[in-house]
Amino acid sequence: MSWRRVLVYLTLTAAVAVTLLPYVYLITATVKSPGEIFELPVELLPDAITTEHYVRLFSNELIPFARQVLNSLVIATLTTLLVLATSASVGWGFAKYDFPLRNVLFIVLLATLTLPLQVALVPLFQMMVSLNWLDTFQGVVLPAGASAFGAFFIRQAMLSVPDDMVQAARIDGASEFRIFLTMGVPLVKGALSVLAVLTFLASWNDFLWPSIVLRSAERQTYPVGLANLIGFYNTEYGTLLAGSFLVTVPIIIVFIAGRKHILDNLMLGSIKS
Amino acid sequence: MARTLSTKDVATDAVTPGTPTRRRRRSYVRPRWTPYFFIAPFFILFGIFFGLPTVRSLQMSFYTERGVDTSAEFTGLDNYATLVRDPTFYKALVNTSYYALGSILIIVPLALSLALLLRTRGLLLREFFRLSFFLPNAISGIVVAIVFRLVFDQEYGLLNNWLLAPLGLPKVAWLADPAFIMPSIILLGIWQFTGLNAIYFMVGLQNQDPGIHEAATVDGAGPWQRFRYITLPLLKPTTVFVVTFAIIGSYQLFAQPVALVGEGGGPNRAGLTLTMYLYETAFTNLDLGYGAAIGYAITVIIVVLSVLQMWAQGFFRKESA
Repeated sequence: MSWRRVLVYLTLTAAVAVTLLPYVYLITATVKSPGEIFELPVELLPDAITTEHYVRLFSNELIPFARQVLNSLVIATLTTLLVLATSASVGWGFAKYDFPLRNVLFIVLLATLTLPLQVALVPLFQMMVSLNWLDTFQGVVLPAGASAFGAFFIRQAMLSVPDDMVQAARIDGASEFRIFLTMGVPLVKGALSVLAVLTFLASWNDFLWPSIVLRSAERQTYPVGLANLIGFYNTEYGTLLAGSFLVTVPIIIVFIAGRKHILDNLMLGSIKS
Repeated sequence: MARTLSTKDVATDAVTPGTPTRRRRRSYVRPRWTPYFFIAPFFILFGIFFGLPTVRSLQMSFYTERGVDTSAEFTGLDNYATLVRDPTFYKALVNTSYYALGSILIIVPLALSLALLLRTRGLLLREFFRLSFFLPNAISGIVVAIVFRLVFDQEYGLLNNWLLAPLGLPKVAWLADPAFIMPSIILLGIWQFTGLNAIYFMVGLQNQDPGIHEAATVDGAGPWQRFRYITLPLLKPTTVFVVTFAIIGSYQLFAQPVALVGEGGGPNRAGLTLTMYLYETAFTNLDLGYGAAIGYAITVIIVVLSVLQMWAQGFFRKESA
């Protein structure tokens, strides 16, 4: 091995160590006794393993943690399904039809890609108040159900569906909706699965909007619940860490299972265009 | 099932009542509003929950409205006049810009270097490296901040005990000393987002034609020259993309500082970001009109900075590059 290769491996290993160290420290801290987390000297491995933080987490004395994780799961799943449906449909509409206003609407769509949620935040909150949607799941799911990024991403993928095939299906008498379902959707499965992962992840980790809409502990998602626990610094920090670790486990499983597909396709679509 | 839902049956009637459907399809003429059927679900949701509030927000920013049930009073540009003289808004703007500038200037070169290293031919464990670098980005900002409170803790933190102490440096009050709060948030940002941007750069590098590099090598260009005159210019679309998204993300920063130093921004409000100030104004103090004005200020900043940096990188000059 040349000295250059050695240097490459050393640098990458150091970078990975810095990246993974806080995460590994999180994992080991969840099984340390409360006193040991805040004790000198600071050590990576615990003196003795304890499960008391996990027991306390699921005792529901602080926050209904299991319930909040379930809420996150329900909200993220519904949001993902809705975004997939609206994105696939609008993507097909933009890619496969020519109609008046198409270009205008598409430019509007592109322009809104740079707009942050902050621009609509206050009236959206008022809308939730007047609809009586505070502390409801639809108050989180429906406003997230139309993603400008998703629409754009799927439209790009739908462009590759051959027009000849669509025309042939039309001559055979297939309805437009049937063509969309049996040709459009299957041909962009790759893009849809990437959008599904990205949407689920964004929803699973979201904090700003859920913290505004979801008021009661029973309805809150896990990031809101954990953020509320931070006030109990030191005394309950182990419990907070145990919860923090558990909510990352599904993410890691998904990424290890689908790493090739996800990482390879993740950015291709958006950068190519 | 699909048949009953299809547009054909409904739509053809609407366009040409009485015309036999078969004939119509033969000539490949689709019902005129079929496309609208496909784009409607998206635009209805998007219009109700984003378009409408966006317009309403602009209107609200010209009113003074305190509390949810109180009536609004038209005050013209008062909110914006208050905004430009509001020391707290100014503080939040400086803090957020500090974060944006600091993190982008460090993350972009760091991510590019990582991407170049990851492109090394015949690299073992490439998949493991890539996955590890991506991981922090996939974790909730709240969770990252909870972990980093342990990294930055003055007495028992990893940074002070494992890095500064061995170097003989004194312990730093990362989250208590106003001068160190923004640098702490920047460090967290670097940890969380460098890997993601390295993957963006890897994709950009992958799309480069190796032939050009080989030709340059044959012509006697050294590694630095090839990097400076071929790799970098060809990478421009990726760089524009990365910086634009970094600007958009930076000016929306909220969860991490809230969990790290608290909703108020910590001592001397040194960790207060623009979105935290918006949240406090609108949802804690219920000063809704002023909150809407802050929301618009954030948006204008994001749009102007994104366009400015695209222009600075020559994005509008040619479609090629």
